[in-house]
Amino acid sequence: MSVRSKLEEAVICLKAGRVTLPYPAQPRPVPENFRGRPIFDAAKCIGCAGCANNCTARAVLVSDVCQEIRILKYVGSRCTYCGRCAEVCPEKAITMSHEFEIATGSALDLDQRLEIFMSTCQRCGRCFVEPSPLEQLKMKGYRFDDLQNDRWIFRSRAFLENDTVVDDIAIELD
Amino acid sequence: MLKNLCQKMFGRSLWVYHANSGGCNGCDIEVLNVLTPYYDVERFGIKLVGSPRHADVMLCQGPAMRSTAQALQRAYQAMPAPKLVFAIGSCACGGGIWFDSYPVIGPVEKIIPVNYYIPGCPPRPEAIIYGVAVALGLIEKKVAPVELKQPMFPIPRYHPEELRGGGDLPVYEKLEKV
Repeated sequence: MSVRSKLEEAVICLKAGRVTLPYPAQPRPVPENFRGRPIFDAAKCIGCAGCANNCTARAVLVSDVCQEIRILKYVGSRCTYCGRCAEVCPEKAITMSHEFEIATGSALDLDQRLEIFMSTCQRCGRCFVEPSPLEQLKMKGYRFDDLQNDRWIFRSRAFLENDTVVDDIAIELD
Repeated sequence: MLKNLCQKMFGRSLWVYHANSGGCNGCDIEVLNVLTPYYDVERFGIKLVGSPRHADVMLCQGPAMRSTAQALQRAYQAMPAPKLVFAIGSCACGGGIWFDSYPVIGPVEKIIPVNYYIPGCPPRPEAIIYGVAVALGLIEKKVAPVELKQPMFPIPRYHPEELRGGGDLPVYEKLEKV
């Protein structure tokens, strides 16, 4: 009886063939929707800190070191790769890559640090996030810097001279 | 130095001990997946043992919890001398989602020294095999800390007394200097 069962077992094993994956010899492709290490794109980031607000593990930390520079620090060691940051990012500056071979001897190797340049408000002197095109339409009477040409634009002529109130924003006429 | 030591001491095989100190069981399943015939790590000499006294490597899953920290420390002390600790998963590496809540002390490295980190939630079985290969010195690690900077525009500070001329477009005197 036991000999027969052993033979049956051997037949089953032979039928299955070789199942071991050749992983270390050949790279194994990941599924299409796999979420690996998030990659931050400093050129696209506007510093809205939406990723920091929505991070479940609070792995994205935001701090303002001075007037114009905001530092965005990604602490990779406790990131759960949920992909929420990539989902909420309005500029699509975060992409979930397919990198999973990220084992390391030091937890600091997983960190990413972004220095983001923020615009300064000419009225209050504090940083502000660049407004959306819709908000820019509303902001009549505010001054914007012409950054590309290194030039100052001192006053917007987008409102009528006699009209001191646009919507509910009072315009300071000098 | 640590790498040379590893290559010398663990030349033949690694016996791993599998310690869960309060994880969600996700990483445990991935570790057990590594030991199945699909990934078959016994061909590299990696073997699961039931006691820390037989083990070379401790695979830690889950954060260090208030209730299990002492047991984890005792398991670490029970391992014979050349020993490695692998933190597997986000919880063991950095504390995970609940890193700052009351029952969680934090990452495993607050209780016992950790040698290698395998992040992921949970890490793929391939990532665990890769981490072991990095520890053995077979492959170089791929990640490094990233530091990115935005191109910065020179913005002159606004000082109204340095304006020259009037009309529609006054000239800012110090524009060239900034």
